[in-house]
Amino acid sequence: MTIDRTEVENVAHLARIAIDGDDIVGYTRDLTNILSLVDQMQKTPTDDIEPMAHPLSAKQRLRIDRVTEVNQREHFQKVAPITEAGLYLVPKVIE
Amino acid sequence: MHNETIANLSQGLANGEYSSVELTQYFLDRIKRLDARYNSFITITEETAIAQAKAADAMRASGNARSFTGVPIAHKDIFCTNGIKTSCGSKMLDNFIAPYDATVVDNFNNHGAILLGKLNMDEFAMGSSNETSFYGPVKNPWDTGCVPGGSSGGSAAAVAARLVPGATGTDTGGSIRQPASMCGISGLKPTYGRVSRWGMIAFASSLDQAGPLARTAEDCAYMLNVMAGFDDKDSTSLDKDVPDYTGQLNNSLEGLRIGLPKEFFSADLDTEIAASIQAAISEYQKLGATIKEISLPHSGLSVPAYYVIAPAECSSNLSRFDGVRFGYRCQSPESLEDLYKRTRSEGFGPEVKRRILIGTYALSSGYYDAYYLKAQKLRRLIRDDFVNAFDSVDVILGPTSPSTAFPLGEKTSDPISMYLADIFTISTNLAGLPAMAIPCGPVNGKPVGMHLIGNYFDEARLLNIAHQYQQVTGWHQQTPDGIE
Repeated sequence: MTIDRTEVENVAHLARIAIDGDDIVGYTRDLTNILSLVDQMQKTPTDDIEPMAHPLSAKQRLRIDRVTEVNQREHFQKVAPITEAGLYLVPKVIE
Repeated sequence: MHNETIANLSQGLANGEYSSVELTQYFLDRIKRLDARYNSFITITEETAIAQAKAADAMRASGNARSFTGVPIAHKDIFCTNGIKTSCGSKMLDNFIAPYDATVVDNFNNHGAILLGKLNMDEFAMGSSNETSFYGPVKNPWDTGCVPGGSSGGSAAAVAARLVPGATGTDTGGSIRQPASMCGISGLKPTYGRVSRWGMIAFASSLDQAGPLARTAEDCAYMLNVMAGFDDKDSTSLDKDVPDYTGQLNNSLEGLRIGLPKEFFSADLDTEIAASIQAAISEYQKLGATIKEISLPHSGLSVPAYYVIAPAECSSNLSRFDGVRFGYRCQSPESLEDLYKRTRSEGFGPEVKRRILIGTYALSSGYYDAYYLKAQKLRRLIRDDFVNAFDSVDVILGPTSPSTAFPLGEKTSDPISMYLADIFTISTNLAGLPAMAIPCGPVNGKPVGMHLIGNYFDEARLLNIAHQYQQVTGWHQQTPDGIE
């Protein structure tokens, strides 16, 4: 299994990670090597095997739909890079 | 005092031999004097520690002391600590002051334990050598030219260097057991769901589990008593009674059935490590155990399956780091996409980016069945191997790591060789089983750890098996050269 430069650039875009042109070669090589390791999986037939979501087959717990948390907006926004009037600020999206 | 176990320190405090303030100051002084050699701490929480120690002494004076009251520990910097920097070893969270406590942290606080600081780790727990940390590598106290293992490398090194009597860690593919093995200490990864993951920064949510690192199995039992338990805030926490993990420590091993997977003892295994493990097996036979060869036929698929599942879950979990709500943000973003891309490019290190890219690829349209679904199917085969094995044995024994601590820089340029450092530990994470690493002798002056894998929720028995070995051997008492 090999992955080429264009595919790495596409995946990096999907992951929202900028990669410098100089580094693409290294990532392409490393990802190809990792995918070769991973491809050892394909040798084992698994057609009738049910995928395992939890080792003890635990089910997702549900709870009553009622408010349990108090609003801590100010407390949580103290660690934000930029806020204004209780809102997180990002670059302008709509002109 | 630094050579005392948690059990002895707890007793010393109870007997009034020293106060928690004295004990805490002693360890703080030691960390400040010696840690420059090891780089095991990211943050030293001196003020918090002294305030907690005063409160612990007051708790004791009022007759409300518990086993951990006044005993100093340190947390891996993956656990959120309210009002204290929680970096996860990453530039992305270098400025992050956690706004709440992880449940594990909360549990120790409720017991009156003392937080000495936050421990160095591989970035977002992705690594097996502690070299991916934004804060620089941790040095192994047995040989400061070597790695301590990872990702809980700071935890293992700090315990081995006697800077802290016990530390928390997390284990996604071996991140408690492999560094414990390389640093000559004891470490336990509990059953998936036994310890709450609330407030533990997520790497691969179906694999991550917190556990203790300490010098002895008995100390791990004391720590697990504090850590384990159901937590409504963790949707994968399992609601099952928590036994007193110290309660079975002294049980006899007469009739214990130990399984040796033939796949873990192949011709490739380092002969000196194999000899150490064989000597440990002989000790267990003297203690009354019987030995049986078993097979885990799909164990060879563990590393390939893990390097789909862990990166896939990591790519999803780490998508929250976007430069908007907390953590690092790039300078002068030109657009929202530029903000995301440069924040993540500048904030994450190379190994984290590699794993995000692999995970994104594996989960991308058209590849899901070939990668993630395939890996989840193999995961069932790997788990079923263990379930079958536990029909005829009580515990599985093997090596923890294929090598002793390796030199700094040896594997950093080759990710695959680093991944193979966890070849013996990964399968238990995929299966969700509890497992321990305990020291069983040095090879060329560096520690070797044996690996004990138990059945689901069999932590008390694992601790018993490890403790009994430590009653008849002295490997866990060995101190690295040059430790003051």
